[in-house]
Amino acid sequence: MTEYKSGYPDYMQESLQKVADSRSSRFGKEFTPMTAEQRQQILEKFHPDWKPQMKRILRIGPSKGMNIPHEVADIIEAHPMIKPEEIDLSKIDYDVDLLIIGGGGAGLSAGILANENGVAADQILLIQKLRLGDANSKMAQGGIQAADTINDNPAIHYLDVIGGGHYANKPDLVEALVKDAPNVIKWHESLGVMFDKNPDGTMQEIAGGGTSRNRMHSCKDYTGLELTRVVLDEFINKEIGYKEFTAAVDLIMDDKEQVSGAVLYDLENEEYHIARAKSTILSTGGFGRLHIQGYATTNHYGATGDGIVMAYRTGAVLRDLDSTQYHPTGAAYPEQIVGQLATEKLRGRGAQPVNKQGELFVYHLEPRDVESSSYIRECYERDNCLTTPTGMKAIWLDTPMIEKVNGPGTIEKEFAAMLRNFNRWGIDIRKEPMLVFPTLHYQNGGVEINANTETNVPGLFCAGEVCGGVHGKNRLMGNSQLDIYVFGRRAGKAAATHAKKASSGKLTLNHLKRYDRWLEEAGIITDRKSPIILPEYRGKRTLEHRLKIM
Amino acid sequence: MIENNNSMVNIFVMGKKHTVPADLTIMKAMEFAGHQFKRGSGCRGGFCGACATVYRKKGSYKLQGVLACQKQVEEGMIIAQIPFSPSEKKTYNVDKINANANTFLEYYPEIARCLACNTCTKACPQDIMVMDYVQAALRGNITLAAKLSFDCLGCGLCAMRCPAEIVPYNVGQLARRLESKYIEGPTEHVLKRCEEIKNRKFDDEIEALKKAEKEKLTKLYNSREIITK
Repeated sequence: MTEYKSGYPDYMQESLQKVADSRSSRFGKEFTPMTAEQRQQILEKFHPDWKPQMKRILRIGPSKGMNIPHEVADIIEAHPMIKPEEIDLSKIDYDVDLLIIGGGGAGLSAGILANENGVAADQILLIQKLRLGDANSKMAQGGIQAADTINDNPAIHYLDVIGGGHYANKPDLVEALVKDAPNVIKWHESLGVMFDKNPDGTMQEIAGGGTSRNRMHSCKDYTGLELTRVVLDEFINKEIGYKEFTAAVDLIMDDKEQVSGAVLYDLENEEYHIARAKSTILSTGGFGRLHIQGYATTNHYGATGDGIVMAYRTGAVLRDLDSTQYHPTGAAYPEQIVGQLATEKLRGRGAQPVNKQGELFVYHLEPRDVESSSYIRECYERDNCLTTPTGMKAIWLDTPMIEKVNGPGTIEKEFAAMLRNFNRWGIDIRKEPMLVFPTLHYQNGGVEINANTETNVPGLFCAGEVCGGVHGKNRLMGNSQLDIYVFGRRAGKAAATHAKKASSGKLTLNHLKRYDRWLEEAGIITDRKSPIILPEYRGKRTLEHRLKIM
Repeated sequence: MIENNNSMVNIFVMGKKHTVPADLTIMKAMEFAGHQFKRGSGCRGGFCGACATVYRKKGSYKLQGVLACQKQVEEGMIIAQIPFSPSEKKTYNVDKINANANTFLEYYPEIARCLACNTCTKACPQDIMVMDYVQAALRGNITLAAKLSFDCLGCGLCAMRCPAEIVPYNVGQLARRLESKYIEGPTEHVLKRCEEIKNRKFDDEIEALKKAEKEKLTKLYNSREIITK
């Protein structure tokens, strides 16, 4: 065995020593949770959502007047990529009962459920702009919530969700979320998902920020990977139709004002194709790659907010897009992994956030928006932070405490991904803490749906992160993995029912002409086009850190 | 911006030379050099396996397998991405298969050709004992195959290197589903809760919460008991 050499630069060693020295005195201690008033105060002062100059009022469409981040307004207040007159809608390339746009957990589970509810496998087409299953769904580390233990129940889960969401959630959607949750876990087990278990065969469940019970189910810290790959394997077993490296650039409507498919764009041969469908499900995920306020992101390469744009052009209502989730613990060092997720499960198992002096400064499991705000305060108001060689401010997440609390070997067993991913950069998280700072994580709002995943536009269903209302203004850990399977499954079922009775009229792209008129009438003169499909990182953009914190 | 005084290195992307900042990952270095990924970029955080990459360094015979998002560039790297591995995932009805060695041999008979050369294990960017789990599957030790293969991202590098033309990641996937479904089986307290929900045990309580005014909900939320020890 070679002796362990610190993974951090010399100038951080003094602070690291303080963290190590204070570990014994912090053992078993918790910082006092904030009161409701304290939470509100810290959010208003430090949370990125509360910086008015970083937002603007949306000027067009059915949700005109909503105050949203500039980066989101930029893709909504933009022209369609395609010119309607250049698209030949008479030549249908794919004629199916159900079109699913987006192949993460929501889209895949929708396909399976639609098939089980009577839509033939060859009457379903799922398109995915990257590889099948490549999505934020796969990146979730910490877990999936479901109230299935004796001291817990769905009503308690409900209260956690709606309180964590600042009471802005849509009650019907929260009800669906918490009541379907145990059934989702049952479904996953029936397909062959390997959850972490206790020696007695019960589920190993822990707490997350803002949960009042231990209800986080996990698969080590590869929860999203395990859930996605099993559901994906089942999707392929069902021989459901799919096409990879194919994006949708806009939805198609018909003369009965129904959504009736989409204009597809093959990323590889750069050709457009027409897909006609009786039901269309949008499961395109969120917008992390828009780098709201210049934040680094945990998100997948494809998370460019395409779904909200396409839905909005058909007249679908958006909601709660004024709030964005910043995960408290994004990696801040080394530079190569800045913004990547350090799972909340680390705190759930005892890792403590500490400042430069090695002191506790916040309860470790506040709801995410509050927890993030407190880290920003520690860095930017109190200056009790470290500054990385590339100028990022950060605090410590004391991971060695996990083994002090739960015994040696815990990290290797439960945090294989974290251990491996930091080891690659010379940091052993069993021996040294991580440097962390909040990172852009989740699109809280999106397209409004009802509990059957229907939007206000006939024929259009939505599921997963593209939707708003489930999580209100702040999502709790483990509720997005739950969301995609609860509403993915519901969407598959509802879209199957709809497809049986629906019939498409004459296809049209008039709604895109209408959209251009809206832009013109609002005096928006721009050459922006959307959806943007892939983020632009070529050349010097690779090097940009545009963080505009305070 | 990264400091301007950072050093630069020369890399060769499929043979073409680029001079890039030394502290970038292979993925970011390729973007710096002007590539916009369609294939070969996914989660960018070591969780999806979309960016399987091989490289040799000048002066070394060794062919290294890595994830482009998880490896820093080094001087003289000659890089090729392998964003796709051709393989046929066999389809099956998960409710009608058996948890034994014959299932592996039925769907993936080529595993019997394993030479035990360990090339797959050496190729794995996750440091998984690939050969050991293939061998475990061959012996019908599903639990071991599932456990050893658990951290697999399906990047495909093992399959590209295997001289016996085995596709290990498909074998691992089958092992894990068998392990969960047939060896561990369903969890009692989950099934029980599903029954209770079906019997509408919590409906009244949830209905009351749905109807509650914000003021009442706030009170309930702020005074709720927290049992997380």
